[in-house]
Amino acid sequence: MSAEVWTLAEVRGGKIHPVSRELLAWGKELADALGAPLASVIVGSGIKEQSASLAAYGADKVYVADAPEFENFKADITSATLAEMIEKYKPSILIASATTQGRTVMPMLSSRIGCGLTADCTELAIDRESKRLIQTRPAIGGNVMADIKTKGRDPQMCTVRPKSKRPLSPDASRECETIEFAPKKELLESLVKFIKFEAEKSVGLPLQEAEIIVSGGKGMKNAKNFARLEELARLLGGSVGASRMAVDLGWAPYSAQVGLSGKSVTPRLYLAFGISGAVQHIAGMSGAETIVAVNQDPEAPIFRVADLAVQGDAMEMLGGLIEAVKKYKGLQ
Amino acid sequence: MKIAVLVKQVPAVDTVKIDEKTGTMIREGVEAELNPLDLHAVEAAVRIKEARQDTSITAISMGPMTAQKAVRYAIAMGADDGLLLSDRKFGGADTLATARTLARAIKKAGPFDLLLAGERATDGETGQVGPACAELLGASVLSYVSAIEELSGEKVRVVRAVEGGHETVEAKLPAMVIPVKEMNVPRLCTLSGKLRAKKADVEILTADDISMAAEETGLTGSATQVVNVTYPKVTRCGRRIAAADGIDAAIGEIMKIFEDKNCLEKAEAV
Repeated sequence: MSAEVWTLAEVRGGKIHPVSRELLAWGKELADALGAPLASVIVGSGIKEQSASLAAYGADKVYVADAPEFENFKADITSATLAEMIEKYKPSILIASATTQGRTVMPMLSSRIGCGLTADCTELAIDRESKRLIQTRPAIGGNVMADIKTKGRDPQMCTVRPKSKRPLSPDASRECETIEFAPKKELLESLVKFIKFEAEKSVGLPLQEAEIIVSGGKGMKNAKNFARLEELARLLGGSVGASRMAVDLGWAPYSAQVGLSGKSVTPRLYLAFGISGAVQHIAGMSGAETIVAVNQDPEAPIFRVADLAVQGDAMEMLGGLIEAVKKYKGLQ
Repeated sequence: MKIAVLVKQVPAVDTVKIDEKTGTMIREGVEAELNPLDLHAVEAAVRIKEARQDTSITAISMGPMTAQKAVRYAIAMGADDGLLLSDRKFGGADTLATARTLARAIKKAGPFDLLLAGERATDGETGQVGPACAELLGASVLSYVSAIEELSGEKVRVVRAVEGGHETVEAKLPAMVIPVKEMNVPRLCTLSGKLRAKKADVEILTADDISMAAEETGLTGSATQVVNVTYPKVTRCGRRIAAADGIDAAIGEIMKIFEDKNCLEKAEAV
């Protein structure tokens, strides 16, 4: 049997984060193509009991490294532990999520064990002849798509964008084998000490995990108008995004910025109100499944990437939509 | 305090245009600049220097000889000197080979108390080199940093912008701090800064200078390999409507999309 395909489960606030299920959907396709078992590896504190929940989403096996030192995610000791686990169990592939955790720990692991790493993949496949992993990723703001292969030592490692694949439908009857891994004591001394966490009071999910993003730009004209985007976002169960201009004007926090120097997002629906669509902005959102753009200017570049381009006043359209959604929901 | 800032020269995105017909990027006539996200790392270093007299800043880059321009820009902002790793043997390096090469040079030029790097470059967009390089140097890794709260000779306390909030952590030096844009507003270069940068020494290091064998660096030392490149069309050529032709019809069109995407089921009362 082929060597295992691993996914790195993500633990946030002591819980297995749902993004871990998406990773299993990625891994399942590869494991099936290779005829290999699919395993999830969890590094965290007090997470042993939750580990079996991943079976329903496709894990044949779960490797658990559970120690109090792993509380509040520590990249250095996680990297060191993963290196030991890889050395012991020799997986062929390791997939992690391109979140702040994955994007920190995976490069550290890559140089620690001397294995290649491909960032932010949007497609993964197994080459039929060589049985090697083909990792496809956008570069230069999505203007280039590169297929990448890892040579040399396994595992072949990559991160994938959150929300770019749906989890498999859970099958509660599935069971998995749980293998506990006890890291050596000296591996558990982190150079980083956690002090505190302050949650952000923003509407909806973090942008990169949002299925619906209601985004605004300079065309919103002022902060008060911009704030109305939140109302629509809340009604749709989405999150608020912003162009760089809107962030620079102080209408939205940097965490909301979409684009090359902000976040790359892949929601199912991206609504752009009053965003002209600079190359940098489009680079961050052109991967959305459906794009609706509202802009006064018929020449706005955003219209080129939109599935539905509405030429009109952003505020007028936003106000009309809020009313229409409320009416639909029977809220008025 | 000795600070090293890792910088990269990238194609200036502002000068990139999209071909209307093909929807792909026009690469001709694209200028090079210092990676915009690196500016925040340089700015952070210069602010530390302004607050601490004993600070020196070295800007370090890897790239063709023309990348001296990026290093000089960092000097113009306030770095003291620069170092450019330039050798044909470094060409085609992936993030692992780049991290390895930079780490070797940092070891040679160091030791440094603090390392700074941009969140990611706007061309490759991997964000992997900073953490990978720090790991090889045994430095603490502090990524997605939105503020440096305290810095002493031994440790640094920072705020990290992570999903759903801000995390405060403390780490021993040497540490690699990777700022996000939120941390600061990079200064513009002054005329005197530009003059200083023009005259400043930028040391050029080759593979031999850092005792790097060809198989450890560049394309040969890389663990990943680009096997195929395609230029996807960004353009979707969707449907166009005008609100002036009837705003209710326009709203109706968008409502239909909301329905198709099941956006209206999850809606909650405000």
